[in-house]
Amino acid sequence: MVENKKYVNKYNFAFIDEATKKEIRRKLLKAVAIPGYQVPYSSPEMPISRGWGTGGLHITLAVIGKEDVFKIIDQGSDASVNACNLREFVHMMTNCKTTFDTTEATLIQTRHRITEEELNEKQIYIYQVPQPEPLRSVERYENKTRQMHGEADYAKMWVSLYESFVRHGDIMLGAGYPVKVNGRYIMAPSPIPKWDVPNINDSKALHLFGAGREKRLYAVPPYTKVEPLEFDDVKFSVEDFSTYECFKTGYNKAYLDELYFDDGSKHFVINDSNFLDKLVEHAPLKQHSNKYLNKLNEA
Amino acid sequence: MSRNDDNWLLRVRNLTKIYGEPNENTLNMTGPLFNSNICPETDSIVACAGIDFDLYPGEVLGIVGESGSGKSTVVKLLYFDIEKTLGAAWLRPYTNGLSNILEESNQKKRFIRNNLMGMVYQNPRDGLNFRFSSGGNIAEKLIMAGNMHVGEIRGRASDLLNKTEVPVQRMDDRPSSFSGGMQQRVQISKAIANNPPLLFLDEVTTGLDVSVQARVLDLIRELQQDLGIAMIVVSHDLSVIRMLTDRTLVMKDGRIVESGLTDQILQDPQHEYSQLLVSSLL
Repeated sequence: MVENKKYVNKYNFAFIDEATKKEIRRKLLKAVAIPGYQVPYSSPEMPISRGWGTGGLHITLAVIGKEDVFKIIDQGSDASVNACNLREFVHMMTNCKTTFDTTEATLIQTRHRITEEELNEKQIYIYQVPQPEPLRSVERYENKTRQMHGEADYAKMWVSLYESFVRHGDIMLGAGYPVKVNGRYIMAPSPIPKWDVPNINDSKALHLFGAGREKRLYAVPPYTKVEPLEFDDVKFSVEDFSTYECFKTGYNKAYLDELYFDDGSKHFVINDSNFLDKLVEHAPLKQHSNKYLNKLNEA
Repeated sequence: MSRNDDNWLLRVRNLTKIYGEPNENTLNMTGPLFNSNICPETDSIVACAGIDFDLYPGEVLGIVGESGSGKSTVVKLLYFDIEKTLGAAWLRPYTNGLSNILEESNQKKRFIRNNLMGMVYQNPRDGLNFRFSSGGNIAEKLIMAGNMHVGEIRGRASDLLNKTEVPVQRMDDRPSSFSGGMQQRVQISKAIANNPPLLFLDEVTTGLDVSVQARVLDLIRELQQDLGIAMIVVSHDLSVIRMLTDRTLVMKDGRIVESGLTDQILQDPQHEYSQLLVSSLL
């Protein structure tokens, strides 16, 4: 009997078959070539349902190599359910080393946060995106939004920011603040807090975004200009934590979570779990530098 | 202002819009002579055909005709709301009148629309976004022309609302909560937000009651005198045409049947259809 060597393994390396990986990589190349532009892609079936991180997972599995060190966070935490399960899955399928350490990782997948520690040129940062279309809130038809992107017709987006300012005295967008990439496309940075938005600007790492349910990929290459939308007199600002501090470390120049203890008392804690651990251990740290954080450091 | 062959603001030649698939006889078998704009051979509809005219700076041109005569089609073509079938138009402030604006890319067309033209539709819902406040609607036009300063935008918007007699306190309310006349005035504010040299008015007073009509017309006349904007006024109402315009085109079945000074046309109409129009004036 002829021995079947082709199918000895149940799965291909990194789960997705090579042809589909090639397709995703080609779409990623296109996305990198046109920063901020949403590229449609196949969004193949995964063992989790679409909309639960498949977009990020597709990118991770398409670009991961045997030497990569993988880290995944969910809202800043390495230990939440979504992060643990996906980490386990990627490890099973690739046998890659996994880590909690931001600086050690070469591939970081994230849900809705950017790590507090600065990224380096060897890292690829992968976002799970629920809604890739920043214009969805002002225009419900897909063919219309594509035309608006094509012609850089962003007046409606700007008017919605104006309206928000008029109605509420500020631009009321907490997460997923729209940004303009490379002076051209308006992009949804996935629902990261405003705190993280300036950290994509001129970043040393490659940022890749995947929306599995919506079947779109987009990218911000290293050292690309990413500007949050702001008026000449109404400016973008990050969250203000100046009156709070992390109850474990006393630090407040990082994104803080609000916690209620059983006795009803309110506390704040650093959201990025690896950053918090390092602070507690007094390990060496290098945070992102951006003009908002620099202003805090000067004060 | 003296008018000669060289100082036109807008020049339109052979502007034609046909719906359906015409053949070579379509244009010859439709029009006022045939009392129809439907081609008997192909059933295609000639909304307007062979429209030629020049508009001079600061001039108010009227287009009058019955429903379906193609008068709205003409301004919608010129405002790029619909695509032309044939024809050309040149606008002096754009590339000094050297390029045919109807052939430009969508992006350039948007630039022309936002910086050099304004449009007031019969129905405020066509010209205003009812999900934005009235200030936001004016802001849209200003933002599209590159103004990114909220303070300046709001200053300009309140000036415009003042000028059009909309209470400034209502700047941040949605136009859906306004009366028809107020909506129309917000629309006018939006249309003139960027001081365009050219304004299209498409049946602006239709559907308003008589006293409101009069105030809107007064407003338009004032704006015309203050700002010297050239206008194309489309109306089926001869009294609106008489009040606002210097020169008039009479349209029927998609063609211009008569053109000349408004007074002349009203006093001494030459074409059979113009005579009918004038004689049926109440």
